[in-house]
Amino acid sequence: MELFVFVVAAGMVLGGAVGVIVRSHPVHAALSLVLTLFGVAVLFVAQEANFLAAVQVIVYAGAIVVLFLFVIMLLGVDKVEDLRIEPFRIQRPAAVAVGAGLLSMIALAIIVSRDAKPPTVTQSDAVQAALDGSHDSNIRAIARDVFSDHVLAFELTSVLLVIAVVATVMLARRPRKGEST
Amino acid sequence: MSAAVTVTTTWYLLLAAMLFAIGVVGVMVRRNPLVLFMCIELMLNAVNLTFVALARRFGDIGGQSTVFFVMVVAAAEVVVGLGIIVAILRRKPNATTDDLAELKG
Repeated sequence: MELFVFVVAAGMVLGGAVGVIVRSHPVHAALSLVLTLFGVAVLFVAQEANFLAAVQVIVYAGAIVVLFLFVIMLLGVDKVEDLRIEPFRIQRPAAVAVGAGLLSMIALAIIVSRDAKPPTVTQSDAVQAALDGSHDSNIRAIARDVFSDHVLAFELTSVLLVIAVVATVMLARRPRKGEST
Repeated sequence: MSAAVTVTTTWYLLLAAMLFAIGVVGVMVRRNPLVLFMCIELMLNAVNLTFVALARRFGDIGGQSTVFFVMVVAAAEVVVGLGIIVAILRRKPNATTDDLAELKG
Protein backbone atom coordinates (compact mmCIF):
# COMPACT_ATOMS: atom_id res chain seq x y z
CA MET A 1 0.00 0.00 0.00
CA GLU A 2 2.77 2.42 0.91
CA LEU A 3 4.55 1.49 -2.30
CA PHE A 4 1.41 2.24 -4.33
CA VAL A 5 0.96 5.63 -2.64
CA PHE A 6 4.61 6.47 -3.17
CA VAL A 7 4.58 5.55 -6.87
CA VAL A 8 1.39 7.51 -7.61
CA ALA A 9 2.54 10.57 -5.64
CA ALA A 10 6.02 10.45 -7.19
CA GLY A 11 4.40 10.36 -10.63
CA MET A 12 2.34 13.43 -9.73
CA VAL A 13 5.39 15.27 -8.38
CA LEU A 14 7.69 14.54 -11.31
CA GLY A 15 5.00 14.96 -13.96
CA GLY A 16 3.98 18.32 -12.55
CA ALA A 17 7.59 19.46 -12.22
CA VAL A 18 8.37 18.59 -15.82
CA GLY A 19 5.15 20.33 -16.80
CA VAL A 20 6.29 23.53 -15.09
CA ILE A 21 9.47 23.74 -17.13
CA VAL A 22 8.19 22.57 -20.53
CA ARG A 23 4.74 24.17 -20.83
CA SER A 24 5.02 27.38 -22.81
CA HIS A 25 1.84 28.92 -21.39
CA PRO A 26 2.34 30.44 -17.90
CA VAL A 27 -1.15 29.40 -16.74
CA HIS A 28 -0.47 25.79 -17.70
CA ALA A 29 2.84 25.97 -15.82
CA ALA A 30 1.02 27.26 -12.72
CA LEU A 31 -1.52 24.41 -12.92
CA SER A 32 1.31 21.89 -13.26
CA LEU A 33 2.78 23.44 -10.14
CA VAL A 34 -0.49 22.67 -8.31
CA LEU A 35 -0.12 19.01 -9.33
CA THR A 36 3.40 18.89 -7.90
CA LEU A 37 2.36 20.59 -4.66
CA PHE A 38 -0.50 18.12 -4.14
CA GLY A 39 1.87 15.24 -4.77
CA VAL A 40 4.23 16.59 -2.12
CA ALA A 41 1.28 16.92 0.28
CA VAL A 42 0.41 13.25 -0.32
CA LEU A 43 4.01 12.29 0.44
CA PHE A 44 3.83 14.34 3.66
CA VAL A 45 0.78 12.34 4.75
CA ALA A 46 2.57 9.10 3.86
CA GLN A 47 5.33 10.14 6.27
CA GLU A 48 3.01 11.02 9.16
CA ALA A 49 3.46 14.78 8.76
CA ASN A 50 -0.27 15.46 8.77
CA PHE A 51 -0.11 19.07 9.90
CA LEU A 52 2.42 19.99 7.23
CA ALA A 53 0.30 18.30 4.55
CA ALA A 54 -2.64 20.52 5.52
CA VAL A 55 -0.43 23.62 5.53
CA GLN A 56 1.03 22.59 2.18
CA VAL A 57 -2.40 22.43 0.55
CA ILE A 58 -3.72 25.60 2.18
CA VAL A 59 -0.66 27.86 1.86
CA TYR A 60 1.00 26.60 -1.31
CA ALA A 61 -1.82 25.27 -3.45
CA GLY A 62 -4.31 27.69 -1.97
CA ALA A 63 -2.53 30.99 -1.50
CA ILE A 64 0.70 31.00 -3.48
CA VAL A 65 -0.58 29.50 -6.73
CA VAL A 66 -3.65 31.71 -6.61
CA LEU A 67 -1.27 34.67 -6.20
CA PHE A 68 0.68 33.50 -9.26
CA LEU A 69 -2.49 33.13 -11.33
CA PHE A 70 -3.72 36.50 -10.10
CA VAL A 71 -0.52 38.22 -11.21
CA ILE A 72 -0.58 36.42 -14.58
CA MET A 73 -4.15 37.52 -15.21
CA LEU A 74 -3.68 41.05 -13.79
CA LEU A 75 -0.71 41.81 -16.01
CA GLY A 76 -2.17 40.04 -19.03
CA VAL A 77 1.02 38.09 -19.59
CA ASP A 78 -0.92 34.88 -20.22
CA LYS A 79 0.57 34.59 -23.68
CA VAL A 80 2.41 31.65 -25.09
CA GLU A 81 6.13 32.11 -24.66
CA ASP A 82 8.17 31.15 -27.68
CA LEU A 83 10.32 28.35 -26.32
CA ARG A 84 12.45 28.21 -29.46
CA ILE A 85 14.29 31.39 -28.49
CA GLU A 86 17.56 30.44 -26.93
CA PRO A 87 19.64 33.46 -25.86
CA PHE A 88 22.94 31.58 -25.79
CA ARG A 89 23.45 28.75 -28.21
CA ILE A 90 24.60 26.11 -25.73
CA GLN A 91 22.37 27.27 -22.85
CA ARG A 92 19.97 24.33 -22.83
CA PRO A 93 22.47 21.49 -23.19
CA ALA A 94 24.59 23.17 -20.52
CA ALA A 95 21.58 23.54 -18.20
CA VAL A 96 20.61 19.89 -18.64
CA ALA A 97 24.22 18.83 -18.07
CA VAL A 98 24.42 20.87 -14.86
CA GLY A 99 21.11 19.43 -13.68
CA ALA A 100 22.16 15.86 -14.42
CA GLY A 101 25.51 16.37 -12.73
CA LEU A 102 23.85 17.85 -9.64
CA LEU A 103 21.34 14.99 -9.52
CA SER A 104 24.02 12.34 -9.84
CA MET A 105 26.16 13.93 -7.13
CA ILE A 106 23.26 14.18 -4.67
CA ALA A 107 22.08 10.67 -5.53
CA LEU A 108 25.58 9.31 -5.01
CA ALA A 109 25.77 10.98 -1.60
CA ILE A 110 22.35 9.59 -0.64
CA ILE A 111 23.16 6.04 -1.75
CA VAL A 112 26.60 5.98 -0.14
CA SER A 113 25.23 7.18 3.20
CA ARG A 114 22.01 5.14 3.23
CA ASP A 115 23.22 2.80 5.97
CA ALA A 116 24.64 5.55 8.16
CA LYS A 117 23.54 5.41 11.76
CA PRO A 118 21.12 8.16 12.79
CA PRO A 119 22.54 10.56 15.36
CA THR A 120 21.11 10.37 18.83
CA VAL A 121 18.37 12.93 19.05
CA THR A 122 17.67 14.78 22.25
CA GLN A 123 14.21 16.27 22.37
CA SER A 124 12.64 18.07 25.26
CA ASP A 125 10.40 15.99 27.49
CA ALA A 126 7.31 17.94 26.53
CA VAL A 127 7.79 17.12 22.84
CA GLN A 128 8.51 13.50 23.65
CA ALA A 129 5.38 13.30 25.80
CA ALA A 130 3.26 14.76 23.01
CA LEU A 131 4.36 11.97 20.65
CA ASP A 132 2.21 9.37 22.34
CA GLY A 133 0.76 7.96 19.15
CA SER A 134 -2.76 9.31 19.42
CA HIS A 135 -4.45 10.68 16.31
CA ASP A 136 -3.39 14.31 16.89
CA SER A 137 0.06 13.63 18.28
CA ASN A 138 1.79 15.10 15.22
CA ILE A 139 0.21 18.53 15.53
CA ARG A 140 0.70 18.58 19.30
CA ALA A 141 4.37 17.67 18.98
CA ILE A 142 4.95 20.43 16.40
CA ALA A 143 3.15 22.94 18.62
CA ARG A 144 5.28 21.95 21.62
CA ASP A 145 8.44 22.24 19.54
CA VAL A 146 7.64 25.55 17.84
CA PHE A 147 6.21 27.32 20.88
CA SER A 148 8.78 26.15 23.40
CA ASP A 149 12.14 25.50 21.75
CA HIS A 150 11.79 27.83 18.76
CA VAL A 151 9.59 30.58 20.09
CA LEU A 152 12.13 33.31 19.23
CA ALA A 153 12.31 32.13 15.61
CA PHE A 154 8.52 32.08 15.53
CA GLU A 155 8.35 35.70 16.68
CA LEU A 156 10.99 36.66 14.10
CA THR A 157 8.85 35.18 11.31
CA SER A 158 6.06 37.53 12.31
CA VAL A 159 8.50 40.44 11.98
CA LEU A 160 9.53 39.08 8.58
CA LEU A 161 5.93 38.94 7.40
CA VAL A 162 5.30 42.54 8.48
CA ILE A 163 8.42 43.66 6.63
CA ALA A 164 7.31 41.75 3.52
CA VAL A 165 3.86 43.35 3.56
CA VAL A 166 5.28 46.87 3.98
CA ALA A 167 7.87 46.25 1.25
CA THR A 168 5.22 45.03 -1.17
CA VAL A 169 3.04 48.06 -0.54
CA MET A 170 6.03 50.29 -1.23
CA LEU A 171 6.85 48.41 -4.43
CA ALA A 172 3.34 48.29 -5.81
CA ARG A 173 2.18 51.83 -5.17
CA ARG A 174 2.31 54.37 -7.95
CA PRO A 175 4.53 57.38 -7.13
CA ARG A 176 2.65 60.64 -6.82
CA LYS A 177 3.36 63.48 -9.20
CA GLY A 178 6.56 65.36 -8.51
CA GLU A 179 7.86 62.57 -6.31
CA SER A 180 11.01 60.76 -7.23
CA THR A 181 11.17 56.93 -7.46
CA MET B 1 2.30 -6.83 -5.26
CA SER B 2 5.07 -8.44 -3.26
CA ALA B 3 5.34 -7.35 0.34
CA ALA B 4 9.12 -7.54 0.14
CA VAL B 5 9.42 -4.06 -1.39
CA THR B 6 9.34 -1.40 1.30
CA VAL B 7 9.58 2.32 0.71
CA THR B 8 12.65 3.49 2.59
CA THR B 9 13.88 6.98 3.35
CA THR B 10 16.32 6.68 0.45
CA TRP B 11 13.45 6.62 -2.04
CA TYR B 12 12.06 9.87 -0.70
CA LEU B 13 15.50 11.47 -0.74
CA LEU B 14 16.12 10.40 -4.35
CA LEU B 15 12.70 11.75 -5.38
CA ALA B 16 13.52 15.06 -3.67
CA ALA B 17 16.89 15.17 -5.49
CA MET B 18 15.13 14.69 -8.83
CA LEU B 19 12.62 17.43 -8.01
CA PHE B 20 15.47 19.77 -7.05
CA ALA B 21 17.37 19.03 -10.27
CA ILE B 22 14.27 19.72 -12.37
CA GLY B 23 13.89 23.05 -10.57
CA VAL B 24 17.52 23.95 -11.24
CA VAL B 25 17.18 23.15 -14.96
CA GLY B 26 14.00 25.22 -15.09
CA VAL B 27 15.68 28.26 -13.55
CA MET B 28 18.47 28.06 -16.11
CA VAL B 29 16.26 27.41 -19.16
CA ARG B 30 13.09 29.47 -18.77
CA ARG B 31 12.94 33.18 -19.59
CA ASN B 32 9.58 34.17 -18.13
CA PRO B 33 10.21 35.64 -14.64
CA LEU B 34 6.95 34.18 -13.29
CA VAL B 35 7.93 30.68 -14.38
CA LEU B 36 11.34 31.20 -12.76
CA PHE B 37 9.56 31.81 -9.47
CA MET B 38 7.60 28.60 -9.90
CA CYS B 39 10.87 26.72 -10.41
CA ILE B 40 12.20 28.22 -7.17
CA GLU B 41 9.07 26.90 -5.46
CA LEU B 42 9.87 23.46 -6.88
CA MET B 43 13.32 23.58 -5.29
CA LEU B 44 11.90 24.72 -1.95
CA ASN B 45 9.45 21.82 -2.01
CA ALA B 46 12.25 19.37 -2.74
CA VAL B 47 14.09 20.60 0.34
CA ASN B 48 10.91 20.36 2.43
CA LEU B 49 10.45 16.78 1.32
CA THR B 50 14.01 16.01 2.39
CA PHE B 51 13.43 17.56 5.81
CA VAL B 52 10.25 15.56 6.39
CA ALA B 53 11.84 12.28 5.25
CA LEU B 54 14.81 12.73 7.57
CA ALA B 55 12.56 13.89 10.42
CA ARG B 56 10.78 10.55 10.25
CA ARG B 57 14.01 8.60 9.87
CA PHE B 58 15.60 10.17 12.93
CA GLY B 59 12.41 10.42 14.95
CA ASP B 60 13.00 14.15 15.43
CA ILE B 61 10.08 16.56 15.18
CA GLY B 62 12.51 19.46 14.64
CA GLY B 63 12.65 18.68 10.93
CA GLN B 64 8.94 19.28 10.62
CA SER B 65 9.22 22.55 12.54
CA THR B 66 11.91 23.64 10.08
CA VAL B 67 9.58 22.91 7.15
CA PHE B 68 6.99 25.11 8.84
CA PHE B 69 9.46 28.01 8.96
CA VAL B 70 10.57 27.38 5.37
CA MET B 71 6.94 27.69 4.26
CA VAL B 72 6.54 31.03 6.05
CA VAL B 73 9.72 32.42 4.48
CA ALA B 74 8.66 31.09 1.06
CA ALA B 75 5.34 32.91 1.34
CA ALA B 76 7.13 36.17 2.21
CA GLU B 77 9.59 35.63 -0.64
CA VAL B 78 6.81 35.10 -3.18
CA VAL B 79 5.00 38.24 -2.04
CA VAL B 80 8.10 40.45 -2.40
CA GLY B 81 9.20 38.77 -5.63
CA LEU B 82 5.83 39.14 -7.29
CA GLY B 83 5.75 42.79 -6.18
CA ILE B 84 9.04 43.38 -7.99
CA ILE B 85 7.81 41.50 -11.07
CA VAL B 86 4.59 43.51 -11.16
CA ALA B 87 6.61 46.74 -10.96
CA ILE B 88 8.89 45.64 -13.81
CA LEU B 89 6.17 44.29 -16.07
CA ARG B 90 4.12 47.43 -15.58
CA ARG B 91 6.96 49.53 -17.00
CA LYS B 92 7.83 47.04 -19.67
CA PRO B 93 5.23 44.47 -20.74
CA ASN B 94 6.56 41.13 -21.99
CA ALA B 95 9.85 41.61 -20.18
CA THR B 96 11.96 38.48 -20.00
CA THR B 97 14.80 37.70 -17.67
CA ASP B 98 17.20 39.26 -20.17
CA ASP B 99 15.47 42.60 -19.67
CA LEU B 100 16.02 42.44 -15.91
CA ALA B 101 19.48 43.86 -16.63
CA GLU B 102 17.73 47.23 -16.50
CA LEU B 103 17.59 46.85 -12.72
CA LYS B 104 21.24 47.87 -12.72
CA GLY B 105 21.68 51.36 -11.35
